[in-house]
This record gives sequence, C-alpha cells and structure tokens, in this order.
Amino acid sequence: MMTQLHTVSMLVNDHPGVLQRVATLLNRRGFNIDSITVGASEEPGLSRMVIVTPGDDRILHQVVNQVEKLVDVVSIEILSEKPMVARELALIKVEAEPMRRSEIIALAETFRATIADVSSNALVVQIVGDTDKIVAMIELLQPYGIIETCRTGITAIARGKSVAKAP
Amino acid sequence: MSASITNSSSEILPESREKLTAPDVIPGSEILVRSLLLEGVECIFGYPGGSILNFYDAIYQHGELRHYLSRHEQSAIHAADGYARSTGKVGVCVVTSGPGATNLITGIATAHIDSVPVVIITGNVPLSMIGTDAFQEADIVGMTMPVTKHSFFVRDVNDIARTVREAFYIANTGRKGPVLIDVPKDIAAAKAAFHWPQTVNLRGYHPQREAFKRAQMDALLEAIAASKRPVILAGAGVMHADASAELIQFAECANIPVLTTFLGLGGFPSQHPLWVGMPGMHGSYAANMAIQESDLLISIGARFDDRVTMNVAGFAPCAKVAHIDVDKAEIGKTIVTQLPVVGDIKTVLAYALQSAVRVPTEEWQRTIADWKKTNPLQYDQTEEGLKPQWVIELIHRTTKGNAIITTDVGQHQFWTAQYYPFERPRSLVSSGGMGTMGFGLPSAIGAKIGNPDTLVISINGDGGIQMSSHELAVCAIHDIPLKIVVINNQVLGMVRQLQEFAFDERYSQIDLSGSPDFVKLAEAYGVKGLRASNKAEAEQAWQEALDTEGPVLVEFVVPKLENVYPIVPAGKPLNEMILGDDE
Repeated sequence: MMTQLHTVSMLVNDHPGVLQRVATLLNRRGFNIDSITVGASEEPGLSRMVIVTPGDDRILHQVVNQVEKLVDVVSIEILSEKPMVARELALIKVEAEPMRRSEIIALAETFRATIADVSSNALVVQIVGDTDKIVAMIELLQPYGIIETCRTGITAIARGKSVAKAP
Repeated sequence: MSASITNSSSEILPESREKLTAPDVIPGSEILVRSLLLEGVECIFGYPGGSILNFYDAIYQHGELRHYLSRHEQSAIHAADGYARSTGKVGVCVVTSGPGATNLITGIATAHIDSVPVVIITGNVPLSMIGTDAFQEADIVGMTMPVTKHSFFVRDVNDIARTVREAFYIANTGRKGPVLIDVPKDIAAAKAAFHWPQTVNLRGYHPQREAFKRAQMDALLEAIAASKRPVILAGAGVMHADASAELIQFAECANIPVLTTFLGLGGFPSQHPLWVGMPGMHGSYAANMAIQESDLLISIGARFDDRVTMNVAGFAPCAKVAHIDVDKAEIGKTIVTQLPVVGDIKTVLAYALQSAVRVPTEEWQRTIADWKKTNPLQYDQTEEGLKPQWVIELIHRTTKGNAIITTDVGQHQFWTAQYYPFERPRSLVSSGGMGTMGFGLPSAIGAKIGNPDTLVISINGDGGIQMSSHELAVCAIHDIPLKIVVINNQVLGMVRQLQEFAFDERYSQIDLSGSPDFVKLAEAYGVKGLRASNKAEAEQAWQEALDTEGPVLVEFVVPKLENVYPIVPAGKPLNEMILGDDE
C-alpha cells in the first residue's frame, strides 16, 4: 500500500481543550499531521475539524478508529475516499517597489488571486485554492522576494449533497 | 441519542433515593457526594488538601460514604483500581489539586492501559485563579489526557451532577477506563438546586451503537469449522465483559483449546481440560507452541501486547488471525487480522453458541498434551533454600485457589501467574500493561474492601513493597485482614535477571541491601509480622498467618539468583524459549 495524503473531516464538541485532545492523541500514537483546521460548523455547539494526514490505508484506519473513540468527537468521515473540494487560503507578502507592482498584480490575476494590501514597497497577495495552486503561486512570486507566507491549511467538504452529519 | 444507565454498584433504597434526589439548594461539594451515592458508590479512596476541603467537609457531614485515607495519593488510586478489578464496579478516588493530583498520574496510567473503570475527582484552585500559577495549581486535565478515557473540567456548579453521571457511564461501558473530574474550589463551594439527570446524552459516545455484525461472527464460525488446529487466546476483555461463562461454553461446544493472557488468567478455569496455559515472554512451552503451530488463532478480548507476541513477524506464522473485541481500534493494531468481530464479547459469544459446531481437535489436543508433558513448568527442587515457586504453590495449596491474589511487579508476579492456577474471573489483580511497582499492597486493600467475605492475599517482592509499605497503616487502622506476602530475594530480581541475560551479569543498581526488617516494619504499624527461611518455617508461618484474624505480613527469604523460566529473549519468536538454567 502506498503512502498518500488523506483528508479526514470531523464534527467535534465546541469545548475548551478538544483540539488538544485530538492533537495529543495523534501525537501519542505516532501519526503525522500535515495540517489541521478548526472552525464553526453549521450547528451551534459543534466545530468542524479537518485533518490532512499521510500514511497507508492501515494507518488511516487506525487514525480514524482512535480519533472516533474520543468522547468529544461526534462524527468522523474520510473525505478523500470520495469526490471532495479541498481548499486552502494563503497570504503572501511580497517585495514590490512601485515599478514592479503591476507585474505582480498581473501575475496574481492569472491565478485569480487578489491583492489584500498595498504599501509603498510591498504587496499582500491573497490566494485560495488547492495545495498545488498555492505552491505554484508561491514559486512564481519567489523571484520578487517573499517577505512572509501565512497558510491556513486545508479545509474540505464532500462534493454533491452528502453531508458529514452528526448522529 | 440517550441511554439509561445500569452501572450502579449497589442497590439504593427507594426512600434514600428520594431523599438524595430532592431538589434542595446545596453546595457543589454536597452535590458531588449525593451524586456519588446515587451512582451506588459505597466507599472512596483519597487524601485531602486545600482545594478539596469543601468535599471533605461534605463527607464529614454525610456519614454514608466510607472514606479510606491512604498514605500517598498513588496508593489511593491503586486501591480504587484494585476495588474495580476485583468487583467489576467503578472505583472512586478523591484528591486535592497540584501535587495531590499529579501523584495520581502513575495510577491513572495503570488503570488506563488495563481498561479499569475508575472515576477520579480532583480539587483545583478557584476558577478565577486558574492559569495564574496559583499555589498548588496543576493542569491535571491537560496532563492526564493521554491516560484517561475522558476528563471533565467543571466550570459551573449546575454541571456537577450531570458530569458525575456521565463520568460513571463512560468509565464503565464500552472499553472501560479512568475518567477524571476536575472541580475548582469555588465551584464546589457555590450553591445550586440539585438535579439528578435520568439519562445520559453524549452525542460522541455510543458504546452500544456497535451492535455487532452477525456476518463477521458467521465468517469466524466458518473458519473455525474448517480449522484443524484452532486456539482461543482469551484476555482481560472476557472479565470486563463478564463473559467467562460464555467463553467456557463456547470453547466446550466448539472443542477449542484455550490460552489465557496474564490479565486473562481466571477468565477460563485453569483446571479445565481445554486450558493450555499462559503464552508470552514467560509463558509455558505448550502455550507458546500452541500459538506457533495453530492454523486459527482467535483472540477474545486480548490486545496482542508485545509481551504476548514477542517478535511480531514471527508470531503465529501458520495461523489465520481472528479477533473479537469491543474496541474497533484494537483490531489490526499490531497483528494483521483476517477475521475481525467488533462487539461486546458476551453478546457475540452468546450468538456464536447458537450455531457453533464441534471441531474434531482430538489430535491437536494430543499434540498439546505432549508439549505439556515433555516441557512442563518446572523449577529445581533439589537445591538448598526456600524456592519462591514453592512458596506460591504453598499459598495455592493452603487456600485451594479460593482467594483473590494481588501482585506487585517483577519475578514474583510471574511465578504467581505460573504456579497459582487461577480458577475464577477477577481472582487475579495485577498491573499488566503498565507494570507498576507499588501496586500490590494498595490494590489488595481495595480488593478486600470490595470483597469482604473473600480471602485476599497480596504477593509482593522486596522492591515493590517498599514503594507502598506505608499502606500498612491503612490495614492496621481499619483492621483490613490482608495476608501480605513479601518474597524477599534481596535484589530487584526481574531487573537482575534481565542484566544476567542481556548484559553479561553486569548487575547495575539491583542490590536492595539496606531494606528494613520487614517483620519489624509491619509491627511498627501494628500489623503482625512473620518470617520464614526454609520450608518448615514457611509452612508454619503461613498457617499462622491464615489462622490470624487481622492483617499479617509474612516475609519469605528466598535465594537471590532464581530466574523466571521459560523466557523468550527480546526480539525472538515465541518458540525460541529458554526453558531453564542449563540452556
């Protein structure tokens, strides 16, 4: 079995310490995390947590079975088994002397990225997309001089009408 | 989803229930006490301190809740653990914040790894002072996350009763385990109207949701019918599921030989003709060979601990592996499993009994019987001195196996496993997964309090007993009639043995010279002390101990260099056992 990236989505109680419980468990069991994101879900009192983890199928099922045991985890679903939309947001601060501004803005536009901030000698490029797109944007901006990069990590949702529902 | 609860320890009279559930406005500490009483708790083990004073004031006024004052918090939780392991009820431990709470961590880990239902209540500093590095403040919820099944930090006095109800439910259902409730001092002092919830609503916890898939058991039954050399490996899960009777019926019905893991001892009677023995690092020759030669290995509530499997790649090389377990995450964790059955063992086995067929295993059983005959458990009885194995046999002979045995950790623990045939579930109380020294004496106190009509014997080494000998005070003050055995070989024997085998007899820091006179130590606490250094003295001292009404400590002085055999050296498969000193 090949090692690949898996995307797992879960609904968790919106209590203090829940992120710590999940992170502690994954760390203790020796599972790797590429990214972990948490935010409000469609239901008050529950948060949605999305984890991207590398490993073969056996490791993936171990992760799911262990995390599922946490009392604060209400439901869990392997999103990457089915069609899904996975997106990440990045804010990239680039060196931009006035004479290079329009060049960078044009580059950003080809990626449907936007300019979130302009100052006398820097720009903040805001881009949303899958990981490949963000990596490509960063590579293209590299020659101009990247000052700072902030990425949210992946959040994801199943395509179609299916919902990662709480029981 | 809601669930009604039936894990209460003992029956509560309707009139006391009515009194306890009255909607009086009372302090949080009293809500705690009432909630424990409503859960059927009859006794608690603990140690007071500043942040838990309100609770201790409440039990002072509420006489019904018997409290046993340990001499160290770690012993309090081991006592609650011993109570839980020996009774199947939830053990309860109460301590203060900071060092009181952190002293529990070893005991919580001990209960967690062996799936023992314990509820722990810790006091904490007032809510307004949390996070300020206040006096005796410790983030015990954070520190114990990896070793609890779940934990609660109570922020509102109105949440206390519900939290206790949920904690007991979580601790004693599904795969059992310790649950911690951290209560800040001002929350215990604040007042609220008592409300006892009738049901538990936990959206993320459904121990009964995994109603087992019949197809999984049907597939296993087919594999059993097709097998020639099947064996059952029964673990502590059989005890936790209260499924010993079903296991016996199932093994008899399908005619399958049974091995029991260390913590599974007693879950299947040792005198039963289908019982083979305990496998693993110090397992019997027959038990280890049965695993290595079997064509179908059926784990029932056993988690393939590394002390059972030893070399994983060389484990059960000819066998298909089946695994019945309440915890889905255990299946395939270390051993590739072809036939999983997820569910409550009692329910699954009851179902299996309806259609199990008898497998003609007579030839396989003859092979196993030959292994037993050619390589039985044995020790050199010709040598001088008192042999520790002989002492264990003496204890078994004189009690006819009708005792609850607790052990500490080390050589004596495995001599007990080998030479004391366990016949009943919950008759062995020992720290298997964590291997916690200092467990033997306090766990026996809990076991005796939970089983007042059963003889309780605590078997210890001279190392472990010194990690909890202060609990002799508890035996003395409450006149708890334990028979405390100290197998004194003057060294840390198990470590010495490992150094002999793996480090060319470079004995590093295993000499226990300077240990106290254990007889005088016992007497200093007001406990009778006896000593024996040969067989005649041993017979006499032990009989005197059994004839004495109160607690007694008996020290058996044994040779230093005795080893536990068989032993599978680290990294080797189970069939590469060293059977004795001559090899």
